[in-house]
Amino acid sequence: MDIVFQISLFLFLLILGYAIGSYLEKQHYKSIQQREHETLHVPVITIGVKQAMPNAEQAQLFVGTVVISIDYFKRFSAALRNLVGGRITVYETLLDRGRREALLRMKTDAIEWGADKVMNVRIETATIGGRSGDNNSLGSIEVIAYGTGIK
Amino acid sequence: MILTTLEGVPGKTIVEHYGIVQGSTIRAKHIGKDIMASFKNLIGGELKGYTELLQEARAEAIERMQQQATELDANAILNIRFATSSVAQGAAELFAYGTAVKVE
Repeated sequence: MDIVFQISLFLFLLILGYAIGSYLEKQHYKSIQQREHETLHVPVITIGVKQAMPNAEQAQLFVGTVVISIDYFKRFSAALRNLVGGRITVYETLLDRGRREALLRMKTDAIEWGADKVMNVRIETATIGGRSGDNNSLGSIEVIAYGTGIK
Repeated sequence: MILTTLEGVPGKTIVEHYGIVQGSTIRAKHIGKDIMASFKNLIGGELKGYTELLQEARAEAIERMQQQATELDANAILNIRFATSSVAQGAAELFAYGTAVKVE
């Protein structure tokens, strides 16, 4: 009886993760693409240090942060993928979403301030353990994107 | 206080250089937020509680760095970088560093 319960709970979580997780991811990508399109007029560039100082009056630091997590189904499929090796596409989309979201948040702040462009942008990523006491599994990532807005 | 990731401040010149300043925070996960996050872990998506925590930690690190620069009589910090490291289980360090200068 106990084992039946455990298996059905596992399957329930798997289906829940798959259904809601993919829906949320699709929504998130849609929102990311839309906002990226809207903020296209302000260039975000990673060069800036070994350049002549830009012609501008003001400069300010802008930071965007996000912590984002993977769903149950994807965590399971990544564990399976670990057995045979190869690309883990489910984690690729997680990292992609996190970085783009962090960049967008930085950019939105900079645009509000009135920046012409954001220079010398850097991205820093760290992982947080999946669940407490289980730090081996990658469960969520935190991303910090930062750069200097000039105007 | 001017904060920038560039090696100078546009439109101003550096008159004095005070060396490196830094600020760091080590934060642990809040148990209540941990429980919420473990639910969110099932369906994926943004963990808002942790994002807030990270933002607070980042603000605190910048604050400490600024304090150090103020003590040195600087009015700008250049070439700022952020770095993260995990020191113990369930705790993470966020630290910010840069070069304190005086600009005119």
